[in-house]
Amino acid sequence: MNLKGRNLISPLDLTVQEMEELFGLAERIIAKPQDYSEVCKGMMLATLFYEPSTRTRLSFEAAMLRLGGQVIGFSEPGSSSVSKGESIADTIQTIASYADIAVMRHPKEGAAFVAARRAGIPIINAGDGGHFHPTQTLTDLLTIRLEKKDFAGITIGLCGDLKFGRTVHSLMCAFARYSGVKFVLISPDELRVPEYVLDEINEFEEVRDLRDALPKLDVLYMTRVQRERFFNEEDYIRLKDSYILNASKMKKAKPDLMVLHPLPRVNEISTDVDNDPRAFYFRQTKNGMYVRMALLMALLGKEI
Amino acid sequence: MEINSITNGIVIDHLRAGSGLKVLDYLNIDTELGSVALIMNVTSKKHGKKDIIKLENLESVDINVLGLIDHNATVIHIKNEKIINKTKLSLPEKVTNVIMCKNPRCITSIEAVPNIFRLADSSGKYRCEYCDNFERIHKP
Repeated sequence: MNLKGRNLISPLDLTVQEMEELFGLAERIIAKPQDYSEVCKGMMLATLFYEPSTRTRLSFEAAMLRLGGQVIGFSEPGSSSVSKGESIADTIQTIASYADIAVMRHPKEGAAFVAARRAGIPIINAGDGGHFHPTQTLTDLLTIRLEKKDFAGITIGLCGDLKFGRTVHSLMCAFARYSGVKFVLISPDELRVPEYVLDEINEFEEVRDLRDALPKLDVLYMTRVQRERFFNEEDYIRLKDSYILNASKMKKAKPDLMVLHPLPRVNEISTDVDNDPRAFYFRQTKNGMYVRMALLMALLGKEI
Repeated sequence: MEINSITNGIVIDHLRAGSGLKVLDYLNIDTELGSVALIMNVTSKKHGKKDIIKLENLESVDINVLGLIDHNATVIHIKNEKIINKTKLSLPEKVTNVIMCKNPRCITSIEAVPNIFRLADSSGKYRCEYCDNFERIHKP
């Protein structure tokens, strides 16, 4: 694997082989984390979060610190020169003179791409608007891989807001490149998957109701349906319960179903599902840190 | 109406009648470097009416963008009053600052970067380089 100096902006920036090698490295880190505690000693990560984040930012920071590196950055634009109207291009050129690698979250789609063209250091997209979130995808795929061992023949249902869900778009684009993966897209008409993502996938069906789709799924990826996304209140009231997973609905699911969620959750998964062994959403978060450790190492050319 | 032939330059022929002004606008020509003639509503055996643009001593004009506006047009390169090349236009692979991204969440809405679109398929579907939003170009 030679990812040194590369960026991760889109889920399509990595080949299937490169993703597999990253998962392999992440698994080696999980097995013996102490072997990696100094591999990034002397290196610095900049975390540029123009939008709120808990898991992603902290997992990147934890990942770099556990590799022996250091972290600088901001967690809200109000505390930086961004609040004075500084452009992304100017900000990133400044940061690049301090840090060896940077991770960026921004509300505008394509922001990390703009940064990558000007930075001169590897840039990792930690979410750009409703577009992509490729490191969440690495987390999701590592979690599925650890449990299912093989992606072939998996039917994955993606449920909720599929239009603005950046984690959904990234996961679909990356997962579609594995053969034999089928997608069941469960959403109201107003929140269907955008055309640029559908163009990347082959085998899929679009349905309206989670209940009908649940029995055939091997993996269920839940996202939140936000009230403000609906054009009228009637539709929201009519559809909102269709996209809430609860213990009653879980009775219809396969015994080895995996329920994933990028978090934060609001009410789209009832708390009565949390203790079900098929609920993987909290276990996912730790995998996120390990796969980000692998990614940082690879982009900095620190593989061992 | 008679228009003299040109010695060196480009003739853009078979433009849809009435589109000539729009084409000139897109070409953004520096008229200090050469001469420009726009002939509108000329009788055409094939098309009934057409527009023609003649660019004298302006060989370096980027005509790729014309494929977006009128890909039925013909571009004729002339040197020493002789036709040296005649090409039909096609949809360009990449266009800069011609199509503007309509996605309000796209970074182009706030950052001073060029609007870049790449051809996604032969139907005239273009993809924003930043946010992947599609814009469709109407085929004349």
